Amino acid sequence: MHVSRHKFAFVEALRQIVARDCLLLEPEQLLPYECDALAVHAGMPSAVVLPENCEQVVSIVKLCGAWGVPFVPRGAGTGLSGGALPADGAVILECSRMNRILDVNVEDRYAVIEPGVINADLSKAVASHGLFFAPDPSSQLACSIGGNIAENSGGPHTFKYGATTEHVLALEVVLPDGTLRRFGSPSGFASGFDLAGLLTGSEGTLGVITQAVVRFTERPEQVETLLVVFEELVTACDAVTRILRSGIVPSALEIMDQRTICAIEASVYSGGLPTDAGAVLLVELDGPAPSLARHVQRIQVLMQASGARNVSVARDAQERLGFWRARKSAFGAMGRIAPDVYVHDAVVPRTKLPEVLKKVCEIGDRYRLTLSNVFHAGDGNLHPNISFDRRNADELQRVLAAGEEILRYCVAVGGSISGEHGIGHEKREFLRLLFSDRDLATMEAVRAVFDPAKLCNPSKVLPSTRSCVESNPHLR
Amino acid sequence: MRAGGNSCDGFACHGSDPARMKKISQLTLDCVHCGLCLPTCPTYRETGNEIASPRGRIYLMRGVVENRIEFSELVLEAMDLCLGCRACETACPSGVRFEDLLETMRAEARGRGLHQGIAKRIEIFVLQKIVPNRRRLRFVVNVLHGLQRFRVLAALRLLLPSRWQRRIDFLPPIAPPRLRAPLATSFVARGKRRARVGYFVGCVLPEFFGSVQRASLHVLAQNGFEVIVPDTQVCCGALHAHSGDLETARELLEQNVRAFRDAQVEYVIVDSAGCGAALRDCENWLCDDGEGSTASPRQRESWSWLAHSIRDISEFLYAQGIEKPSREMRLRVCYDDSCHLFHGQRVVDAPRALLRQIPGLQLVEQEDAAACCGAAGIYNLTHPEMADAVWRRKLASIERANPDVVVTGNPGCLLQFRAGFAQRGLSIRTLHPIEILAEAYSRQE
Repeated sequence: MHVSRHKFAFVEALRQIVARDCLLLEPEQLLPYECDALAVHAGMPSAVVLPENCEQVVSIVKLCGAWGVPFVPRGAGTGLSGGALPADGAVILECSRMNRILDVNVEDRYAVIEPGVINADLSKAVASHGLFFAPDPSSQLACSIGGNIAENSGGPHTFKYGATTEHVLALEVVLPDGTLRRFGSPSGFASGFDLAGLLTGSEGTLGVITQAVVRFTERPEQVETLLVVFEELVTACDAVTRILRSGIVPSALEIMDQRTICAIEASVYSGGLPTDAGAVLLVELDGPAPSLARHVQRIQVLMQASGARNVSVARDAQERLGFWRARKSAFGAMGRIAPDVYVHDAVVPRTKLPEVLKKVCEIGDRYRLTLSNVFHAGDGNLHPNISFDRRNADELQRVLAAGEEILRYCVAVGGSISGEHGIGHEKREFLRLLFSDRDLATMEAVRAVFDPAKLCNPSKVLPSTRSCVESNPHLR
Repeated sequence: MRAGGNSCDGFACHGSDPARMKKISQLTLDCVHCGLCLPTCPTYRETGNEIASPRGRIYLMRGVVENRIEFSELVLEAMDLCLGCRACETACPSGVRFEDLLETMRAEARGRGLHQGIAKRIEIFVLQKIVPNRRRLRFVVNVLHGLQRFRVLAALRLLLPSRWQRRIDFLPPIAPPRLRAPLATSFVARGKRRARVGYFVGCVLPEFFGSVQRASLHVLAQNGFEVIVPDTQVCCGALHAHSGDLETARELLEQNVRAFRDAQVEYVIVDSAGCGAALRDCENWLCDDGEGSTASPRQRESWSWLAHSIRDISEFLYAQGIEKPSREMRLRVCYDDSCHLFHGQRVVDAPRALLRQIPGLQLVEQEDAAACCGAAGIYNLTHPEMADAVWRRKLASIERANPDVVVTGNPGCLLQFRAGFAQRGLSIRTLHPIEILAEAYSRQE
């Protein structure tokens, strides 16, 4: 049953659930919800609902189930894989109003939060206790933790501290049938199946998160950030390989190429990065002061030996934070190059970074595209940013074709198609590059346990055609 | 709700201006939809609604110019709900000129005849006929003074619904006419003359903020600046531009350019953040929106001269260096960044640095000093509910900082703080940074 046919009765029922200003129905109100931060993929929702509490989420999900209307949970809409795109005239559950920090337990280092809490706000709330929430996606000033959990977001410091899933202790979810469930334990040692782990990174396809218990990390005693300047991007990649071999584990290893640096330095986020450099490498080290000083020294020597033009250590916290502000604005700063940017998220074995980067740049050139590289080098997580104008159909085609070629190449050298942005809508068909039909059928079957009616964020993550029954008769 | 919307075909809509539409189209392309503006937007923070966020508004603008949606009442409402605080511009890595976009979009709404309501008509009348005319404005203020003095306003207030009472409370006590006499046209520098500067007076400022103006002139002269106050200058046109009346804004600007050029000054000093921000960005009013594109190169050059001569008074004094006040002022002072200083002019450290030079003064920071207080020009008259919601956050953050004095560099914000504190029964004083500096100087004499 589709919304349009019985829209009136359905909408009337929605009106009973939420306040007047929490239900958006007019085309003008819906238009900005047609995409997340990946604007080339879009679809109009039939309605947007802004629930204010868990009970409302339960009622909305039950109502959608009864009417057979698909629904899509959404956070701040900063996702980069079209995960919050409302396919098939779905109803969007915008969780931005559920943004309370319900409880902070400083001794046991966890917080109970609603999904709409903004990532950076959580760290701010416990900063005075010497704690922070470790996952730090570049969009952390704006993105919601519910979204981080759904996408299993990473960030520069994921390299040392692990992605979001390492920091989720328990979840309260409304399952697609409208039942409320709790998985995991604030202790971090849940018994039985790790369903909180399964839900983390399920991209909103297995239920709607209404509460989360997340773990805090203690602030390291000391932090040092090195800015290493290179003439060539590939030399910077080589240097990363050397650091990884040295046995020292930095907390972050980030590379930005010249085009990225220039875009950032032209913006309000300028952090004093050298615009004449081929690439810069940010190496952050943290830990107890005595060993840290030794490590910094070793890295400095190592970088000079790796052909760095210049190695400097951030003078103070202000300069260090300036570097990170700059790094984290890279995606938005791409708007200075062209009206649109398509950022890929491929992962490759870290030792292959130099050759992969060469290939990526070659692909960009071959398709006559403007391509900038800014990425989590330590994780081998590439972010080739392709700048373009979506109004130019030919250019858009070349962007998509180049993107596909990059993904295929990364998979061919033993990598993966997503490091932290999720598969979402854009990469679902590419999942076939990594998994056989049988593997995918198992995933379909898992999904069906939670969402047999296929209403919860449909047409995301898993490829479109072939039902699980056809491809794998052993699974029922 | 949709009745006011006017359907049109592409750029050929009645009252629509192709050059203006093209400008909107161009400026919206700067946005790559990253979303970093969202948490900085006061109306998004209150509603959680994408259409009440800068990114959502830009998306709607693009939707209108690409003819995907009508320029309907709903679109206009979304534009008008914006406070114009420009926090999104400070957050934007891509450098979207949001205020320019908003003003152009409102000008387009005006061109299409979308601003229809009675309140809007009154607003337009006041802005066009009273504000730019010093004599008429004086007359109106004198009448208000009379109403206040004979408690007519207080009586009227009681007849109004409570949400309108606060709007009346917003009006500060008006000084008797003799205390609102026009300023002299020049002030001699004390000691060795360091520079000859112009002083921007503004429209309602001499009527409501005479003390700020006297303090500015005093502190400038004290620090060795000769001050010229051209009597041909007029209102800056900011309110006109914000409401989409770029034509009047341009006319006013022309007069100001002439006034200050003739005065042969090195800088034009402004002590109202809203006026300063508008004058600094006045070149936006000129270009490419159709009506203004006929401007001659000479005209452009003179506008650019004014834009680059503007200095906020705190910024100017800090850059030039001031004579350190020697007398102590034992006060807990909380500096509140006015949006049009912080986001509009990127003046952040200067006022704080000046305040720190006053012995004994303790500067206390509030949590989100750069967040809007909800005053936003005449926003608290047009959107009282949202303005109140935005104010409540500001009030909470000020109360946590617990200062003796709140200092801010914009008259509208000062009014908001005064009315808000009075309503809450708080005895926190509100001052312009230059007033506190003048006080510190006068104590030493």
